[in-house]
Amino acid sequence: MQINRRKLLSGAAAIAASSFVARPIFAAENSIKLGSVLDTSGVFDAYGKPMDKAARMAIEQINAAGGLLDKQIEYILYDTQSNISNYTLFGKKLARTDKVDVVHGGILSASREAVRQTFRKSNIPYFYNVLYEGGVCDRNIFINGITPSQQVKTLIPAAVKKWGKKIYILAADYNYGQITANWIKKYANEVGAEIVKTDFFPLDVADFGSTIAKIQTAKPDMIVSVLVGGAHISFYRQWAASGMNAKIPMASTTLGAGNEQNILAKEETEGVLVAYNYSQELKNPLNKKLLANYKAKYGSIDDLHSTAVSHYEGILTWAEAVKQAGSVKSADITKVMEAGLSIDSPSGKMTVDAKTHHSILDVHLCEFRDKKMEIIESFAQQQPLDTQAVCDLNANPDDNQQYEIKI
Amino acid sequence: MDLAAVIIVEILYAIASLVVISSGLAVIFGMMKVINFAHGEFMMLGGYTTIVAVKSGINIYISMLIIAPLVVGIIGVIIERLIIRHLYGRLVDTMLATWGISMVLIGIATMIFGNTTEGITTPIQGWTIGDYQINGYNFFIIIVAITIVSLGYYLLKFTKLGLIARGAMQNPDVSAALGYNPDRIYMATFFVGAALSGLAGGILAPLVGLVPSWGTAYIAKSFIAVVVGGPAIIAGLLSSATLFGSVNQIFSFLFNPVFGEVALLLTAVILLRILPKGITNSIFKGKL
Repeated sequence: MQINRRKLLSGAAAIAASSFVARPIFAAENSIKLGSVLDTSGVFDAYGKPMDKAARMAIEQINAAGGLLDKQIEYILYDTQSNISNYTLFGKKLARTDKVDVVHGGILSASREAVRQTFRKSNIPYFYNVLYEGGVCDRNIFINGITPSQQVKTLIPAAVKKWGKKIYILAADYNYGQITANWIKKYANEVGAEIVKTDFFPLDVADFGSTIAKIQTAKPDMIVSVLVGGAHISFYRQWAASGMNAKIPMASTTLGAGNEQNILAKEETEGVLVAYNYSQELKNPLNKKLLANYKAKYGSIDDLHSTAVSHYEGILTWAEAVKQAGSVKSADITKVMEAGLSIDSPSGKMTVDAKTHHSILDVHLCEFRDKKMEIIESFAQQQPLDTQAVCDLNANPDDNQQYEIKI
Repeated sequence: MDLAAVIIVEILYAIASLVVISSGLAVIFGMMKVINFAHGEFMMLGGYTTIVAVKSGINIYISMLIIAPLVVGIIGVIIERLIIRHLYGRLVDTMLATWGISMVLIGIATMIFGNTTEGITTPIQGWTIGDYQINGYNFFIIIVAITIVSLGYYLLKFTKLGLIARGAMQNPDVSAALGYNPDRIYMATFFVGAALSGLAGGILAPLVGLVPSWGTAYIAKSFIAVVVGGPAIIAGLLSSATLFGSVNQIFSFLFNPVFGEVALLLTAVILLRILPKGITNSIFKGKL
């Protein structure tokens, strides 16, 4: 990461300008305030923008149906501009100045950790609705994103069965990439596969020439990509440009989570194996309705990815909890959630796991065909086993940390 | 054996891409002594020009090799006429001004294209070397670098145009006394420098995901290459690109790309300590 004066200055200017960013939909006095921090610009905006759009749609739908507890929901979003220090700043602002009732937001694991303690101290329920590496144990947070035991456990054995036993991992160099790489190793070992090599890349690396040559030296049966963000997109492009996409198959835990397939060419993603909680190709009526609504509101469903849908579902889960609790207070919502609240959502049934505040959900193994995630097989109601192994909020309600899961 | 060939190609590619990304700066900073902090943004504009041209149906090679340099060259001339020409000979002021220009250009690109990743695919198939597949586009970049260097050398060394340009840079008053208009010569040279930066952005565009702030990733590298190269433009650029490209790739192969970058920067620091005025101030002295 090069920090030069330009970046520093533009950051400072952005912070100065950001006081204009708050855009409440309703300014009614008697409203429920839903706060959010998302990267709706910068290198992670491919994740953040559709999440924001999905959130607006969810809130509009709830408000159109009469709101919650006879109050309208007011949406307060801060654009964190793909800059982690903005999360700290705007997280505090949401908690202290805006005094919101709930927060849905955060994308990268680093961003979640930047705001988690702020909301915990202020006793504001925090919903983190993104796939991540697992292990967060905190009674104030609710997570409906898919974790490695749900995703990797489905993906790796299927890939090994399909292609063979030698795996080469390429991962982003921060907590998500590091921990996910460990999980891949664990589930690979369980089915008798071996990891020939793991390479980590900082988020701004965009030249993968030497890596592609090294992969060929190692001669793996497949590569697994845990790459994240705009710069890492270059890998898929350079991989296809060297013609390797026809020779060594690829599985990924991240490709498609930001709808990367839309900026890549067809042949650059064709045949890549992935596993998510959601695909646009799901045929259930709730998903059809979601796609139709999104299309009606925004004109196209191209950018609606699994991360945006799980953000949407997080808001629906919270709304259901508020309805059942008859209150927006943290203690009341937590009580309802911990009773095993369950909703039917476009991605399938989602149930809150009381022990970990994570989600029990359906996982779909998919393959990219013509830029679409075609579903190969669905696995119903998968438990967040990774976090369950280390975290028990029933026994230790005051626990407050992210466990590094020993593998 | 095949691996050795692959590594050699990758090293050549690293050298070539350093030559390509630094050549525009070598002209503007090395020859004209304008510290061009907007160099990365000229590249970024070249990249976007290429993407827009390709998406509107123009052949990719024409877009990269002709349209991108032309468009960026023209933008460069406009900037030169409006701002830079008032600042010749004022090194620190050019730095401040071009820094401002770079921020403006990033802002404009963000307004037009949005702060999102754009891209096009590479036009060349992968090549097979024995057991290995290699990015065919690498060879294209190597050829472009060779062309830039040999054309540049020919122009500066053997043509009257090159002689006039070099003379005007060395002493504008004398060249004015001899009947040449230094103002025009500076403008033309700036055009060439900006066009080379645009060309670099254009041919790198198919390899990366382009965002408006993309150019900032290259500015440090190209300044290092030009500064370490020293007073001789072409010999300096070639020697520093060869050194840094090799160091970067060898360490990338031995460890990983991060170590490659670290090794490159360390080499630069050590070299500037030993040869503060650049390689060509002591080794290839008096060369072009």
